[in-house]
Amino acid sequence: MASMLLNSVRRCPVSTSWAVRLGTRALGTTAPLQAQLQTKSKKTLARPGVKNIVLVEGVRTPFLLSGTTYANLMPHDLARAALQGLLNKTSLPKDAVDYIIYGIVIQEVKTSNVAREAALGAGFSDKIPAHTVTMACISSNQAMTSAVGLIAAGQCDAVVAGGAEFMSDVPIRHSRKMRKTMLALNRAKTLGQKLSLIGSIRMSHLSPELPAVAEFSTAETMGHSADRLAAAFGVSRLEQDEFALRSHTLAKKAQDDGLLEDVITFKVPGRDIVSKDNGIRPSSMEQMAKLKPAFVKPHGTVTAANSSFLTDGASAVLIMSEEKALAMGYKPKAYLRDFVYVSQDPKDQLLLGPTYSTPKVLERAGLSMSDIDVFEFHEAFAGQIMANLKAMDSDWFGQTYMGRKAKVGTPPMDKFNLWGGSLSLGHPFGATGCRLVTTVAHRLKKEGGQYGLVAACAAGGQGHAMVIEAYPQ
Amino acid sequence: MAGVRALGVLSRLSTRRYAANTSRTFSVAPAMLARTHVSYEVKDDVAVVRMNDPNSKVNTISIQMQNEMTEVMNELWANDAVKSAVLISSKPGCFIAGADINMIQACSSAEEVTKLSQEGQKMFELVEKSPKPIVAAINGSCLGGGLEFAIACQYRIATKSKKTVLGTPEVMLGLLPGAGGTQRLPKMVGLPNAFDMMLTGRNIRADKAKKMGLVHHLVDPLGPGLKSPEQRTMDYLEEVAIQFAKGIVDKKIPLQKDKGMMQKIQDYVMSFEFVRNQIYKTVHGKVMKQSKGLYPAPLKIIECVKTGVEQGPTAGYLAESQNFGQLAMTAESSALIGLYHGQVACKKNRFGSPAKEVKTLAILGAGLMGAGIAQVTVDKGVRTILKDTTVQGLARGEEQVYKGLNDKTKKKSITSFERDSILSNLCGQLDYKGFEKVDMVIEAVFEDIKIKHAVLKEVEAVVSPHCIFASNTSALPIKDIAAASKRPDKVIGMHYFSPVDKMQLLEIITTDQTSKDTTASAVAVGLKQGKVIIVVGDGPGFYTTRCLAPVLVEAVRVLQEGADPKKLDSLTTSFGFPVGAATLVDEVGIDVAVHVAEDLGKAFGSRFGGGNVDVLKTMVELGFKGRKSGKGWYVYEPGRKIKEVNPEIGEILENYRMKANPAVSSDSDVQYRLISRFVNEAVLCLQEGILNGPLEGDIGAVFGLGFPPCLGGPFRFLDSFGADKLVAKMQQFEAVYGNQFSPCQLLLDHAKDSSKKFHK
Repeated sequence: MASMLLNSVRRCPVSTSWAVRLGTRALGTTAPLQAQLQTKSKKTLARPGVKNIVLVEGVRTPFLLSGTTYANLMPHDLARAALQGLLNKTSLPKDAVDYIIYGIVIQEVKTSNVAREAALGAGFSDKIPAHTVTMACISSNQAMTSAVGLIAAGQCDAVVAGGAEFMSDVPIRHSRKMRKTMLALNRAKTLGQKLSLIGSIRMSHLSPELPAVAEFSTAETMGHSADRLAAAFGVSRLEQDEFALRSHTLAKKAQDDGLLEDVITFKVPGRDIVSKDNGIRPSSMEQMAKLKPAFVKPHGTVTAANSSFLTDGASAVLIMSEEKALAMGYKPKAYLRDFVYVSQDPKDQLLLGPTYSTPKVLERAGLSMSDIDVFEFHEAFAGQIMANLKAMDSDWFGQTYMGRKAKVGTPPMDKFNLWGGSLSLGHPFGATGCRLVTTVAHRLKKEGGQYGLVAACAAGGQGHAMVIEAYPQ
Repeated sequence: MAGVRALGVLSRLSTRRYAANTSRTFSVAPAMLARTHVSYEVKDDVAVVRMNDPNSKVNTISIQMQNEMTEVMNELWANDAVKSAVLISSKPGCFIAGADINMIQACSSAEEVTKLSQEGQKMFELVEKSPKPIVAAINGSCLGGGLEFAIACQYRIATKSKKTVLGTPEVMLGLLPGAGGTQRLPKMVGLPNAFDMMLTGRNIRADKAKKMGLVHHLVDPLGPGLKSPEQRTMDYLEEVAIQFAKGIVDKKIPLQKDKGMMQKIQDYVMSFEFVRNQIYKTVHGKVMKQSKGLYPAPLKIIECVKTGVEQGPTAGYLAESQNFGQLAMTAESSALIGLYHGQVACKKNRFGSPAKEVKTLAILGAGLMGAGIAQVTVDKGVRTILKDTTVQGLARGEEQVYKGLNDKTKKKSITSFERDSILSNLCGQLDYKGFEKVDMVIEAVFEDIKIKHAVLKEVEAVVSPHCIFASNTSALPIKDIAAASKRPDKVIGMHYFSPVDKMQLLEIITTDQTSKDTTASAVAVGLKQGKVIIVVGDGPGFYTTRCLAPVLVEAVRVLQEGADPKKLDSLTTSFGFPVGAATLVDEVGIDVAVHVAEDLGKAFGSRFGGGNVDVLKTMVELGFKGRKSGKGWYVYEPGRKIKEVNPEIGEILENYRMKANPAVSSDSDVQYRLISRFVNEAVLCLQEGILNGPLEGDIGAVFGLGFPPCLGGPFRFLDSFGADKLVAKMQQFEAVYGNQFSPCQLLLDHAKDSSKKFHK
């Protein structure tokens, strides 16, 4: 009853804002400004019968170029650092969470359930179960939404979700032939059998098998696909370089202004204390124009400078039901609202996830593009972002491929990735999702917005989007 | 500006509305408006020349195209604002599919064709010597004259699309690449590759073409963007080509690639005359061995290449054009061109589109045939149920489908992922589960009318009313099978040939009761499976088996008369059959041959007599069932290439020995005994209305039974050889052997009146 009352009170300003808008429109020039100011208090997305789930805190290790300071660690070390950072920041008792979920893409075979190893190493109670999920670049999004699901279903009240990626070391395997021989060797009983197996090893057995950065289904590398996608939407090299430069410039500014408050300091064993992302490098258009295409040679447009780089890093968020957070005395940062997953053709639409997921999640939440105050899209490639923006701006694409009546519409650039993105901050595959959500929460607070939208693409032709609502101040 | 645009619209209107002549008097640039096949626009300093034949799905080099292209080229060379050009087609999926065959067929003398060839040579020579670089941007088929055009350009860019294929298929039409191809290709890809391309006529995929040095650069096809994938890919190809054209003019992109070590070594080796001579000799030997000297085109191709390399371009080009002219006038070429036209015609559904598309197909029997049919169906996206009665049979069948697809992955024509997703369309089972959703059932069970009736009844008990029942039988009359059906209008024959994934022909058999929609549906399924289809009337042996049976019986007689299987094989292959008669019987199976010979013998009486079927029966009793049992006329052992005659055959033949009559037993006589029985039976099928026309008769004989392609099929053979001459030979044989050689009435009619031809 009380909540219903609250709702109706909350809704009130909306109707007045409409009245103001209608009234002021006739007055002319000042109208849009006024309307904008008014819409800051939009209705909440809380729904009767649906639990309010909140983001209490989000942290991440600095994202570093792979092969730099983190080079001698292991994936769970990074995840451990993020978890410890979260514990420090929230002063959370080590047995207060019910579950831990981590996302990762390239798995270290020794720690295939990296969530459990990291949780134990970070000092969480060994009574807390943990599991690992994988969904390419949206692995930690999957970790977060799994947490949301556990809480919504009443299974848990507090869950830690996170993601980690460690590209400084990846599992390189023996060739299949060699593995087969080695396994047979295990089973060989007599010396003669063993010797004959060893004798069967040839030079060709010794060539190693590198982990493929390519789609399994199409054997195409992601950069190559991004280049084709950019070409399909007629995205020029210039547009891509400009967007990449924008990302680096905005990230630098955010870093300098101290806005990236989710970054924790991390004393790397055997190395220095790390407290800053090291991939932010604003360059000049001229410098960027000099680079040769990295994937489609020589006429391609995707270069090292307008792509996200291989990154090491980890992130963690604390998600709770609103009651639990309040009961524990936390001031939540934001509500996690509707989310969707989408998937499409892994060859020609590999990176179009945001185009498909954005309208779908907005529809679920009953919002329109103009309601959103903060956009955080995952920047895999500048060309991929530009292609998505063009797809969202195309009636033809909306009608032909999405079954819509008209185009999706594009997010305004003055609300889009204002603190940099994966291109500049870095993109540890498994960890990026939590960074996006935490950034939205922080930006909503900083900019005074109400709704934020996270969208991301992922290998396999999948995509994700989530609506986040600011927690009332 | 607006005014100019408005004028443009007006002039366009006028050409559309009125006859071209009237508008010409008004328009400012008549030449521009009159051009329908070739157009160009200048982007920066690059002229983009677009080809688009408005009357066809594909571009061909026709007189019109050639004239307009020459005009455009002259304008470009004269235009100082143009520094380079891009040559591109406006048709998705086709650059240029080749020269216009009708243009060649319209010529009545070798000299005329030679002249055509020389005009082509001249045009491409101008292109080759163009002072402004021309970049050919290739998307889709680039064949024959199209490839010759492309290789005359300074630079070639191709899309990596599956539709992009390059090749010189002229040899398959009994011709040679007559517009400079025999001269330019060896220089571009080296002698061995050039010979391989021109002598096999095979299509080369874009990535292979790049490796061979046939194209300089590849462009990936694009997915959907702001336009359809096809359209955007073409635009992108154009953009990239323009970029390269500019790069070539600015000397940023070299026209010649640095040769690799291997290439240098190869070139060095090739600089010795005796090495080249050795190559000519080897290639000549191979061609003679495979073609038995029955096809003049491959030999002429070797001659042209040799002349060009050894005596220089002038002599080479002259040899090319003259040989091209001569070849165009040969009977072999017109036979092959006839087959080409026939093949095109038999890839159309003359029964219209069926009321319901077949989305789920069930196949009964997972034997060689059943699994083969499944293999050519699943990869077209049709859900396929493969049903057998035993687990072992089913496992063998499913493995056959897997192996067929996996071989394609090994050849890299599909990816392993595509293989898996194709296989997901296949459902192997032992019962009739899910048959209520099946749109068509093809049975490939044992050839026994009782078993066929049993499965027909089982199927009719479970399927929905619209489901079609097709029988893959090679000899049982369809109406006998349909006799057990509650819905004979839904019963049809679909006779596939083994191995199903290799043999192109599908013989569809309709009874008087088969409905038109059933036929349309069967043809639609066959076309989807990529088959060349003939639709014939019902009767014992239909068309193909009925033509084959007398030949086989005659072959047995030849063997009884003392020829050994190897001799028989060499007599048939040297006549142009791809497989010798004895080998063919082994492939078909001796037991099957007995079946067919007895069934048809009963149906047609003494006309199907000749050799003694007991010879074959004795063989079956001894377990000599042909290749499948390891022994037939020959001995088959895995891993052995040269097959030996089965030593135990001699004794059997000795027991059935017949005396050869020297009057009709020369090598040539034996050949004509075999061929005349084939041809006579084919003509009889036409006379009785089993065949719809001579064209389908020719296609069925060549694609299903291996009738010599150089003869173009039994009917074209009669037209070119002369019905009277064949009848004379038959009457000579008739005098010795009796009515097996009696020419049928239609054949006699044609013999009497030499103006009567089967093909107009």
